[in-house]
Amino acid sequence: MTTRIDTRFDKLKAEGRPALVTYFMGGDPDYDTSLRIMKALPGAGSDVIELGMPFSDPMADGPAIQMAGQRALKGGQTLVKTLDLARDFRKTDPETPIVLMGYYNPIYVYGVDRFLTDAREAGIDGLIVVDLPPEMDEELCLPAIKAGINFIRLATPTTDDKRLPRVLSNTSGFVYYVSMTGITGSAIADTSKVNAAVERIKGHTGLPVCVGFGVKTAEQARAIGQAADGVVVGTAIVNQIANTLDAKGAATTDTVESVATMVRGLATGVRAARLAPAE
Amino acid sequence: MNQTTPPNSFRTGPDEQGMFGIFGGRFVAETLMPLILELEEEWTRAKADPEFRAELEHLNAHYTGRPSPMYFAERLTEHLGGAKIYFKRDELNHTGSHKINNCVGQILLAKRMGKTRIIAETGAGQHGVASATVAARFGYPCEVYMGATDVERQAPNVFRMKLLGAKVHPVTSGHGTLKDAMNEALRDWVTNVEDTYYLIGTAAGPHPYPEMVRDFQSVIGREAREQMLAMEGRLPDMLIAAVGGGSNAIGLFHPFLDDKDVQIVGVEAGGKGLDGEEHCASLTAGAPGVLHGNRTYLLQDTDGQIKEGHSISAGLDYPGIGPEHSWLKDSNRVEYVPIMDTEALEAFQLLTRLEGIIPALEPSHALAEVIKRAPKMGKDQIIVMNLCGRGDKDIFTVGKILGVEL
Repeated sequence: MTTRIDTRFDKLKAEGRPALVTYFMGGDPDYDTSLRIMKALPGAGSDVIELGMPFSDPMADGPAIQMAGQRALKGGQTLVKTLDLARDFRKTDPETPIVLMGYYNPIYVYGVDRFLTDAREAGIDGLIVVDLPPEMDEELCLPAIKAGINFIRLATPTTDDKRLPRVLSNTSGFVYYVSMTGITGSAIADTSKVNAAVERIKGHTGLPVCVGFGVKTAEQARAIGQAADGVVVGTAIVNQIANTLDAKGAATTDTVESVATMVRGLATGVRAARLAPAE
Repeated sequence: MNQTTPPNSFRTGPDEQGMFGIFGGRFVAETLMPLILELEEEWTRAKADPEFRAELEHLNAHYTGRPSPMYFAERLTEHLGGAKIYFKRDELNHTGSHKINNCVGQILLAKRMGKTRIIAETGAGQHGVASATVAARFGYPCEVYMGATDVERQAPNVFRMKLLGAKVHPVTSGHGTLKDAMNEALRDWVTNVEDTYYLIGTAAGPHPYPEMVRDFQSVIGREAREQMLAMEGRLPDMLIAAVGGGSNAIGLFHPFLDDKDVQIVGVEAGGKGLDGEEHCASLTAGAPGVLHGNRTYLLQDTDGQIKEGHSISAGLDYPGIGPEHSWLKDSNRVEYVPIMDTEALEAFQLLTRLEGIIPALEPSHALAEVIKRAPKMGKDQIIVMNLCGRGDKDIFTVGKILGVEL
């Protein structure tokens, strides 16, 4: 089955450039602002949207995304509303792939079967669930594949060649390479090391490999995009949102536009990635 | 979800996937997964290694001070006028609680794995102190994550950890209690996965921790069994222990799980009452969910967001519970009941006056249940309660509530 994610990466491959994958937290700081941000992303140059599902205990996230989740939850965001965001977005954009990213518990409590039905109907294309390693595939990964939703796995610097095939099995859409051992928003590791890791993973799979955790600038996006098929930016976007909020944590007139401006900058980075000959 | 037919044995879990029925598992980020598999392998090897067992037994005997006494609480028994009450006195261990049993075992594993740095989370500070203690004993740097609220209410233990050379990180995210400390410890671990050993303090977290911590704590139940047979010539009628994460309770319960005539009761923190939000009774008032690497009963809302619990006792202030307890609840082998802050406080004072033992607030919850049950039982019946910690650390909290300036 070909999903929007497959179609998008095929198209970018033909264009000869990596994807810009943008993460933001659903409902941060409120539903309407969040929807406007989401709608602004494709026009600003985002190729794939990662829609964060807030969770009270985000164990793999740094302070920026922790706080974004807290803002969203305080604003009344729930998994139901995060699916609503996708549904509203799909009314005007039938093409841009949407990947839900978060933790398992809200999905488990929602009910896996009901969630997959509702997610597909809302126009969700893929899932990244941080706390579901291959050992727990029967929980959500296998049912998601059956439901026609890509299950995108994280590979990390600790995933060695022996373990990689296990991680890549049942992975579809793309592989998300976590650039470092650490939480979101930390400083990125040596770019050349990351690129070497990407090449290593590509030796095991034909799927596109995207790199995330720690990419903050257009220059980093360009450098990472030389080897990777996609560059994920999350914390920098979430920080950009946080910086525009007023003292009470509410959105201001700058919020949406400043995110769009930042994404336009990042988009120039990924578009420049393959102009210089890759080493 | 309740099983209709009881299993042949309640002592065979977890399965190879680390599951106790639907509970347990390995719900962790990929970064940690290779390390967790490595830990499982090392644990399997260590269990079968006579040298490892000998070293553990030696430390238990000469460092911790095991076996801990089994004490007949004569005056309390007389006062309550019912069942004979025995205390398994793990509060007499080195560092003042059962936590050391697990720390001694895990530090030996850390050494076997060649790790060079220890991290731990702590609520009441008992596990933090025990971790700092074994880290000092084995020459490891140790960093302890502790909720900022707990740092404040358990100041003596914070100072103890510092004296022992540990670095204490106050955690301000969330409500600044045990749950948040565990999140922060996991974030540290995922960042420093190469050299760091995460010394989890309770029988929870990803497989193999629940099994491993249980096995290290089961020394409590094994001794209790032998001591009862020696002292009374039979097994007790009832076991009672407090459950926060549940390590002291599973340690006492596990060796008795297949003794059908032994009734087993776990006591949760009922806080200010189960009607409101201020309690930690995850088994009585929670629902199954996934947090901190395992599926278990959790205090959570309908959206799957984890709630902050409340208990007078920092050690019980956790919205989850070890997965084996969840399974024992659903299999109806163990009964779990809540005890309120006020009941625990009364029990704390009663024991202090009647037996000259100042218990920690955690086992004071178990004691409050003993006080409820013993009078309804015959004088020929026996209750064993795990007195898993001493109350020196709690005198400031209790003083504050009783309106005494210390």
